[in-house]
Formats: sequence, structure tokens, C-alpha cells
Amino acid sequence: MPGVKKPTIAVYKFSSCDGCQLNILNLEDELLDLVGVVEIAYFLEATRAMLPGPYDVGIVEGSVTTPEEIERIKDIRSNVGTLIALGTCATAGGVQALRNFADVEKYTDLVYPHPEFIETLEKSHAISEHVHVDLELWGCPISKTQLLEGLTAVLQDRRPNLPQSSLCQECKLKGLPCVMVAYGMPCLGPITKAGCGAICPDNGRGCYGCFGPFINAELEAFVPVLLDKQRYPGEAVHMLRMISGNAPLFVEAAQMILEQEDN
Amino acid sequence: MAKQTINVPALARVEGEGGLYIGVEHGEVKEIKVNIYEPPRFFEGFLQGRFYQEVPDITARICGICPVAYQMSSIRALERAFGVTPTAEATALRKLLYYSEWIESHVLHVYMLQGPDLTGHQSAIELAGVAPEVVASALRSKKIGNDLMAAVGGRSVHPVNACVGGWYRWPDQEALKAFLPDLEWGLEHALETVRWAATLDYPDFEVDYEFVALHRDDEYAILDGDLLSSRYGLIQETDFEKHFSEKHVQHSNALHSNSVDGTTYLVGPLARLNLNYDQLSPQAKQAAEEIGLELPLKNPYKGMIARALETVEAYLRCIELIKNYHPEGESAQELLLTAGSGSAASEAPRGTLYHRYQIDDSGLVEYARIVPPTAQNLARMEADLWQLAPKVLELPHEEATLTCEHLLRAYDPCISCATHFLTLTVEEL
Repeated sequence: MPGVKKPTIAVYKFSSCDGCQLNILNLEDELLDLVGVVEIAYFLEATRAMLPGPYDVGIVEGSVTTPEEIERIKDIRSNVGTLIALGTCATAGGVQALRNFADVEKYTDLVYPHPEFIETLEKSHAISEHVHVDLELWGCPISKTQLLEGLTAVLQDRRPNLPQSSLCQECKLKGLPCVMVAYGMPCLGPITKAGCGAICPDNGRGCYGCFGPFINAELEAFVPVLLDKQRYPGEAVHMLRMISGNAPLFVEAAQMILEQEDN
Repeated sequence: MAKQTINVPALARVEGEGGLYIGVEHGEVKEIKVNIYEPPRFFEGFLQGRFYQEVPDITARICGICPVAYQMSSIRALERAFGVTPTAEATALRKLLYYSEWIESHVLHVYMLQGPDLTGHQSAIELAGVAPEVVASALRSKKIGNDLMAAVGGRSVHPVNACVGGWYRWPDQEALKAFLPDLEWGLEHALETVRWAATLDYPDFEVDYEFVALHRDDEYAILDGDLLSSRYGLIQETDFEKHFSEKHVQHSNALHSNSVDGTTYLVGPLARLNLNYDQLSPQAKQAAEEIGLELPLKNPYKGMIARALETVEAYLRCIELIKNYHPEGESAQELLLTAGSGSAASEAPRGTLYHRYQIDDSGLVEYARIVPPTAQNLARMEADLWQLAPKVLELPHEEATLTCEHLLRAYDPCISCATHFLTLTVEEL
């Protein structure tokens, strides 16, 4: 539409593997239509071109893990209209939040011969721990369908229609037998948000929680069942402290188990 | 102007966060830094204490563009630690998943990351404005790679089906066979890409590299093999650490790699093509002959041509592997938990990726070491820039900058991979 200014979108990377940004480029069927209706104003992985801000929508991949990233996320917040946190690093700190349960100095000494060159925070933080986030899209990686729906909803100024159920419902919809009941495997499905299409149960294994906690999870009921299915000591805590390990509900569940073990 | 600089604080169209700085004084290059400021993520730290079967799910997260490479090197190293040999069917399926990742990653790089440099565009999106059919076909090819990864592994970014011992589940034979028409189309597109890549105008620049890649006599190595160096000949895969070491430099959160005598070396498609040309499928060789390819190919910008040829090889192998796919028996082998250690390398889209693990008798990781391809190439990237920079100083500033940036992009650096790694090597000061 000539004369109508397209909304501008900026995509930023923080500490992450790039997989969620890649899933933007993996919208192979929609990408060319998408750039017909929005202006990609800043997206380093895709283009050298950069339009000056402020931008209508900012999409942030990755978690906050350095002092510099704290400053950068504040700048970005003041430079975008709507801020979308993209993927489990951005919504919960991601896999690198496993450091939150350990001593980072020990890690740095272990990984780098010159730890003094490295500047890093003790913990890996979700974006929302530092600035207001308008929309969180979970997943490691995010679902392309949810990304399109989230973005469309923001542009249409409406509430996005995202799955609200636990992963269990996706198994039921696909007609998959419950891996906990049928095969006695531990599975985080009952306390994990739907969104991936139940790919782990579909491949004959339990869910390890990429899409973060299901909001109405019943931890008191679930934790004993999970413990009962463990195949090796510590498996339940390991599953919880994985991709979404720093999400408050998973932190709480792991804590419940560790406290039980102490008693 | 006595002082001049080429400064690209944030490189575009690469995976991860890095910058480039070249300082020039009185016409002489004084300083070159490929600055990796991608924050560290400490994978090798938090792999400690994890159960072996959790490792491939964690290492996949090192890189969203090449998660399969991380899974495959982890899985093979761990299987060695347990003394388990996967079945022929399981190995063939791993190659299928791995080649699909090469398709996805190479097509992305050829058309969306490096391609715009050679066609004078800022991005593939901009290119789509003038040549929509070129970008649409590239996206279709990339999608075939991604969809095949999803059919084998559950999803394309961070697949879930591969495990230590084999696979969680055999993918459905019919579902894979359904890909054959698309793969035939993809093969044609890849052949066209080779012809197109050969017509592009590459900067005139050659380097005498030490090429390093995995090598097998019976096929173009991807999943396993011995290491082959153009300087040192064959090296056993498990002797990787005896030949290559890493050092930590101040301007980088990634460790830089060197050959054992302190020289730099190159891994990736260009190295593979030069070392393993004889092992390409006949049709891929024919495509190389048609464009009059002469080896050794020593121009790093022409990694583009190597990627295009490898995409042909990848499509050919996917077709063959699917036609021969007849899964039988258990998809995964039983493992007996014993303490041990194992190492393995595989060929990630951007080069050799080495892993080593030490496991205790309850199956927990005691020690992990990962050497990603981009970390190995970093020292080489800086060395190339030292050779290139004096030649481009005469050019207008924007063109000089672009030529240097383009060189780094041609390496297809995966900066998220290159950071946060561990070494036992203590740097001598």
C-alpha cells in the first residue's frame, strides 16, 4: 500500500545459540510475505542494512549474562514500542542458566586459561528481570507458528492466541500413548507448556521442558510421580534443571526434591 | 591521513556476535583484531555431573545452526567411552540427519549470508526485491533440509531423536520416502547453484593454507574418519589434541587454535573439498568439472563454490540413504555403564568439530572438552586479514571495509559456537 508506513521491526541477540533467530529465517514459506508487510529495520543476522530507531517492535533472543547486556537491554527497551522476548533464553535464562546453580568463578577457571579476560555475571537472567516485556514466546527453539501468531497479534493490537494447556494435551491430540503410563519413563509433559507438538513423546522419550512451565501445574501431585519413574539417581532434578531450569516453577520443583532428599 | 582504521563493531550476516578492527598507521597495518564479544556460556562447565544421555540435548544448544554436528560428535565420543559400536542402520540414519543439516546450513550461507556480498546487496531480503525467484528457490531448498531434519530428528533446530547408542525411535520409512521428489528438485537446484556460484566475481586473493578435515577412503567424510592435514598427512581422529592446541587471547571470548608447531590451519568446506575431492560422488565431480574447477582452491571467498558442491553431494547422499533405508531391530543399543573416556570428531557445516568426554562408573560426565570449527579458524581469519589488509588500503574506505567483512563472512563463522570453550592447554607466556 503506497503511502502507508510499514511497521518497523528490530531483532536483537543476547546470550544464546542463535536458533530462535534462525527460526525467523526458517519461516521459508512466509518470509517474503512477512517482509512485504513489515520493515526489517535491524536484524544483524540477516542484513547489513540498519534503519535508525525507534522501532515499533523489538524482538530479543537470548538471556542477560554480562554487565554490558544489562545496559543494552535498557537502551533497547527505550527504543522500541513493543518488546517480545523470543525463546527460553529470553524468557527464563536458557540452558546457560545452569550456571545459576553453580559457582561461575569455578566455571571460568575451568574453561578459560585467562579468566581475568572474561567479563560475565554470576547468573543468566530472563529479559523480564531487567525490563518490562510485552510478550513472551517460550521454546528452545520457539515454535514458528507461535512466532507468526505473536507478531501478527502485536501488529493487530490484540491478544495472541497461544496454547494454554500442558504438553499432555498435545500428546492426546496426536493420539500418542503416555510415555509415563505406558513405558514408565519420566516426563515433564504434565508441568510443561504445550507448543512443540509433543516431539519427544512422539520419538519415544519423555519431555525435558523446552517450552517452560505450564501455568496450572500441580507440583505436589506431580513430583512424587516423577521421582517414582527415575531411571538413575538424580534424574528428576537433572530433567528440571535443563533448558528451562531457571523458570521459577521448575526451580521450585527441583528444590522440593532436593529438600526431600535432605530429610 | 596518517592514521586510518577499518572498524566494523558488529558483523552482520554471521551467526553470533563479533567485530573486526584494523588499525593502520602511515600506510602500514599495525593491528588486526577479530573481536569475539559473544558472551561466554560455559558449556563444558555445566556438562560436568550430567548423565551421559543428557549430553547431546545440552551440546545441541551450543549452536542453533549446527545442532546436529554437536549431537553427533558428542554421541560418537560417548559411545567410544562405553565401547559401543552403533549398528550400520543407525550410522546411515545419522548421516542422513547430518547431510540434511549441511543442506540447511549451506543454502542459508550461500544465498542469505555470503551471497549478498557477491551480488551487491545488503541482504537476501533486498535481493528478493530484484530477483524474487532466486530467493524463493533458495528458501525452498533450505526448507527441504529443515523438513528432512524434522522428519528424522523431530525438529530442525535442536532435534530430539538421536541418542547415545543409536536412536530413540526409527523414523517412518514412508515418511522419508515421501521426500524423494523434493530431494530430486533440490539436487537440480544445487547443480544450478554450482553453475551460478562459478559465475560470480570473487575478490582476487589466495592463501597457502594448511587444510585439515576428516577423511575416509570410501566416501566424502562427514560423520567420522581420520584427520587429514595437507601438511602432516593422516592423523588418527583420537590424536586430535596431540596435533592441535588452543590459546586464549585478550580480545576474544573464544579460544584460538594452532597446529602443534604454532602455525594456523583451516577447517571447513574449502579444506574438505581440497582434501576429499576424490571421494565426492560422480555427479558432484561432474558438476565441478563442468565449471572448470581447478584444485587446490586457495581463495577463501570461493568457499562459496565448495559449499555449493557440498550441497550437491548432500542431496545425492540423502537420496541414496533414503532409498536404502530399511530399519530393523532395536533402534538403540543397550549400554553397560563403565568408567571410561572417548573422543570423536565430525564435520560440522563449517568444519571439524572435536569432543572428548570422561565418564565415571555411574554414567556421569567428569570432564568434557569441545573444540568447535570456528575457534580453530579464528587464528586463520586474523592471519588472512594480515595478508589482505595491505592490498585493500588503496580502495575507497567503504569498499575496503566490505572486502574485509566479506572475508570473515566467507568463513561462515559460527561465533556462538566459538565462545565458551575449555582447554587444558596452559598458555605459555
